[in-house]
Amino acid sequence: MKLAAACLSLGLALVLVNRAEEKTTVKEIKLPPDDAAAELKPGPGVEAVRAQCAICHSTDYIVRQPGGDAKRWEAEVKKMVTVFGAPTSDADAKVIVEYLASRYGPQAKKSSHSKAARPR
Amino acid sequence: MPFLHPLQDSAERDAILAGGPLVRYPEKANLILLTSRPPQLETPLHYFDRAITPNEAFYVRYHIFPIPTRVDLATWRLRVGGLVERPLELSLDDLKTKFPPTRLVAVNQCSGNGRGYFEPHVFGGQWSNGAMGNAEWVGARLQDILRAAGIKPGAAEATFNGLDEPAAPSVPDFVKSLTVQHLMEDPDVLVAYQMNGAELPMLNGFPARLVVPGWYATYWVKHLSEIMVLDHAFEGFWMAKAYRIPDTPCGCVEPGSTPARSVSIQRMNVRAIIATPKNGARVALARPVTLKGVAFDGGYGITQVEFSDDRGATWRRVELGPDFGRYSFREWSALWIPKTPGYYRLMVRATNRAGESQPIEPLWNPGGYLRNVIERVDLTVA
Ligand code: HEC
Repeated sequence: MKLAAACLSLGLALVLVNRAEEKTTVKEIKLPPDDAAAELKPGPGVEAVRAQCAICHSTDYIVRQPGGDAKRWEAEVKKMVTVFGAPTSDADAKVIVEYLASRYGPQAKKSSHSKAARPR
Repeated sequence: MPFLHPLQDSAERDAILAGGPLVRYPEKANLILLTSRPPQLETPLHYFDRAITPNEAFYVRYHIFPIPTRVDLATWRLRVGGLVERPLELSLDDLKTKFPPTRLVAVNQCSGNGRGYFEPHVFGGQWSNGAMGNAEWVGARLQDILRAAGIKPGAAEATFNGLDEPAAPSVPDFVKSLTVQHLMEDPDVLVAYQMNGAELPMLNGFPARLVVPGWYATYWVKHLSEIMVLDHAFEGFWMAKAYRIPDTPCGCVEPGSTPARSVSIQRMNVRAIIATPKNGARVALARPVTLKGVAFDGGYGITQVEFSDDRGATWRRVELGPDFGRYSFREWSALWIPKTPGYYRLMVRATNRAGESQPIEPLWNPGGYLRNVIERVDLTVA
């Protein structure tokens, strides 16, 4: 209690001292860490995805898509390279597309929570 | 009129992320996580049982990273330059004191709200219907700011840039543009520094964001730091290549096809959202069920919301809440008493002052934009 009270009054003092400057003019937040890469399914190519596809954004950008076949993922990786300048070599792109199409294929469109996905 | 069997397409309508993981970010309530870097957070549907969306529940959408996490108002300035007589550097105090504060309630809705329901699926943020919110904004009119700067003859467009920055120089900075004609005709475009009576949460654009009433949120640039007046149409990536819809009257094409020509997305269409009951809920026979939600459009104002429990064969009007202006959510509510056991599909549709309403079949486009099909919930009455 005492400690808390002391801290509180110290805090107040700081606010008063700095009122004109910093305390009132700065707003700051701390973002939670980006743990998304831990979520990637294991498999050949996952390392390339970790290295190449988490430079500009977290890999939940990839995992939380409806999934796609090799053609769909190839177009996506190509977009990252040609439109956004991802530094991914053709060889790496091939490995990444294979990984994505096999681990995040079209059938992955339902997340585990939604039961009763129906055959179409 | 109930169905005898559960509806076949019920499960298909679960967006990929509906019920997804909840996360807690600074100044925010528990929201649905789409992505963490940059953060994209969705408002859970139950918040849309009321007209005003609390700041802590307001969804978050960014495109590029790093985003600002620290803003010092001693140094933050809104710069106005380009084709103007007097370039300006405005502090937050300047914004608050040099221009008459203007108050406005307006919906901010992501262009891709509801993309998770698109069939065939499309890539992009797999939002359910919670990439939207409604707030009371207070700010300076952009017209007043532009008049203070003095637009020179020949001005065509103004661009808007914020403090977020691309991770690599090859990634285009997030910059949007509006025509000078739009800005000079619409006195309601604001540089807002207050949201629901408080400063903006950092993740919603502190210290100031653009408010473009009636238009999709892609234009509502956050952490606004620079306005440039140009003598030509801006061709940046986020205008010329992204946020494009088919150049057809409905903004839609045959599902799965590619439009011949595209245009920038602009004004929102008419929507009604059902916040409660939840899709898939079980309710008791002969007991009143309260239905609640919000309706909105691109600025004509909602005049009517109707409800159907017979697959759209008949509709009856529901109660509307207070009118906070033509850009606001309009709360709606209804009491429904199921008289026969079975499976029901409840549908709700809105109509605006221009007589525009909502389609019974979803429109489709490759970007996953403009969703405004009549929403529905399937209930089991037992
Ligand atoms: C040079 C930066 C960069 C790199 C590297 C990069 N991306 Fe992206 N990516 C982006 C940007 C920018 C967006 C759009 C973000 C937004 O709108 O929120 C994006 C979006 C996405 C999306 C969402 C759908 C879409 O098209 O908007 C997916 C999926 C994606 N990236 C996959 C990948 C994959 C797979 C890799 C690795 C091969 C990768 N990205 C590497 C910049 C990059």
